[in-house]
Amino acid sequence: MSPALPDTLAPLPARGPGARRRAWNAAMIGGCYLSTALVVLPLGLIVIHLLRKGLPGLNAAFFFHMPKPVGEPGGGMANAIVGTLLLVGLGSLVSVPVGVGTGVYLAEYGRGRFATLVRYTADVLSGVPSIVVGVAAYALVVVPMGHFSALAGGVALGVLMLPTIIRSTEEVVRLVPRSYREAALALGAPRWKMIQQIVLPAASAGVMTACLLALARAAGETAPLLFTALGNRFWSTALDQPIASLPVFIYDYSRAPYDDWNRQAWAAALVLLMLVTFVSALLRLTTRRISTS
Amino acid sequence: MTSAAATLRSAPEPARAETRGRAVGLTADEIYRQLLRALAISVFAVLVLIVFETTRGALPSIQAFGWRFLISTEWDPVAEKFGALPYLYGTLVTSALALLLAIPPCLGAAVYLSELASRRLGAALTFVIELLASIPSIVFGVWGLFVLAPWLRTTIEPFLIAKFGFLPLFRGFPFGIGILNAGLVLAVMVAPTIVSISREILLSTPRSLREAALALGATRAEGIAVTLDAARPGILGAIILALGRALGETMAVTMVIGNTNRISASLLAPGSTMASVIANEFTEATGKLYLAALFEIALVLFAITLVLNAMARLLVYWATGGRRDVAGAA
Repeated sequence: MSPALPDTLAPLPARGPGARRRAWNAAMIGGCYLSTALVVLPLGLIVIHLLRKGLPGLNAAFFFHMPKPVGEPGGGMANAIVGTLLLVGLGSLVSVPVGVGTGVYLAEYGRGRFATLVRYTADVLSGVPSIVVGVAAYALVVVPMGHFSALAGGVALGVLMLPTIIRSTEEVVRLVPRSYREAALALGAPRWKMIQQIVLPAASAGVMTACLLALARAAGETAPLLFTALGNRFWSTALDQPIASLPVFIYDYSRAPYDDWNRQAWAAALVLLMLVTFVSALLRLTTRRISTS
Repeated sequence: MTSAAATLRSAPEPARAETRGRAVGLTADEIYRQLLRALAISVFAVLVLIVFETTRGALPSIQAFGWRFLISTEWDPVAEKFGALPYLYGTLVTSALALLLAIPPCLGAAVYLSELASRRLGAALTFVIELLASIPSIVFGVWGLFVLAPWLRTTIEPFLIAKFGFLPLFRGFPFGIGILNAGLVLAVMVAPTIVSISREILLSTPRSLREAALALGATRAEGIAVTLDAARPGILGAIILALGRALGETMAVTMVIGNTNRISASLLAPGSTMASVIANEFTEATGKLYLAALFEIALVLFAITLVLNAMARLLVYWATGGRRDVAGAA
């Protein structure tokens, strides 16, 4: 970054070829300012629209009541909120241990061809479109079970969380100072004890952040749930039954021809945005503080 | 004498025990390592499983249609004839449009953030733009459907038809939803990826390049042009990565594209993408072949994103000398 640099070191003449260069310079620099505004603008617009259209629909009923039958106004989406939490919980049940373990493996033993392969796998996984993960989860869980289920949705979300957890864990564990490891080994601790009792506790805040970021992102996923968890208008916490979730709820309600449902979709979108984006923002801010202090 | 003999006798014992333990691989260290290794293997297994299951599901369709699947426009569940061309077309056109709209402002923003902004403002804006990446795609969909679509229908599209209607690109009716809307929403969605990675790439170009240009009397814009030139491979990588994301994006597109399986030259017409047709028709797919056709679309989509991601990662890795971890970019 070079805030103090002048536009040119030698002043350009006001006339002649220099003037053209100066105008070009001003246009380019101005263009950069404008572009930045253009990129940030949609975020502002989305947040403003969400607040304007979503806030009126947010009340106690929204959080604690069940969806009403078609035609009756009011109601809430308590089942969808619980469903989303349950699905994300299910997903993290498998992906957190596997992801953290793999991340630690990559950070501590991660040299050689196998580690490169695993790293590449994580990269590939993070690029797989979420709808494809949904299709695979359908084939893997829904087909053998014979019906849609919360379990299938949890599996799909778990797969989507994995790459984030793996790569962030690896990064965070690598940040633990070498001297910690050396001190532990010098005191006679075997390697596994060093990792388990010194390195991991030192990295725990970062690992936790990584997992929560992955969880927040998974909570906003819709596509992989459409034909795994499906959705449910009734209260259900059974793992082998279809279950409601906020994103699918928003999808269904925003396509419906009822104004009241559309209003609820806005409210739900606002809740989801707060859940996902604010959690991410908070986590990023806190980690930034930790890493700078 | 006896004690010395005892030491001699007892000394090899622990050593032997150790070798025995190592021979069966039973030291705690080894167990721990193998445990972690098993977890890492399971991650690889997950990927293999995804490929395997998707391919297996697509098999009936692959056998029935072969390569024709990719070039046929027929999508007739009743007659059980399936071709994916309209969806391939829709995916490519919406993604291309999104990149076309997103690249110029994103590069400008990346330059601003890396070269022009004060440290504080730059960091704050980068943070905000990266937050844009964490907004769930369904929220973009709701916004595109209820805010963007009416605006396009009443303001932008009639204007385009009136002024540029002579081009086949802008012919037709102002629906609001359609290819144009999907392209716009996708442009907003991929912007954070392009901006944040390009910014990092620009920051990682050698300072001396810029300084040399300025020392030779270049204007600031000319100095930036030199930097941009040096950053080209990495920026290309960022763009390809964004393309991969746009191709696979499902919910927002499904909500705003209109979902018809016709190929139309007009940007105002409704269309369909590979991801959106899967989202729309998967639960309704009755019949083995219908479902298999949707599986095959998923497989093709997977293959395309796989190739693109590999390319992008290589480019970014090469451009930054391995400093940048693309996986952390999102």
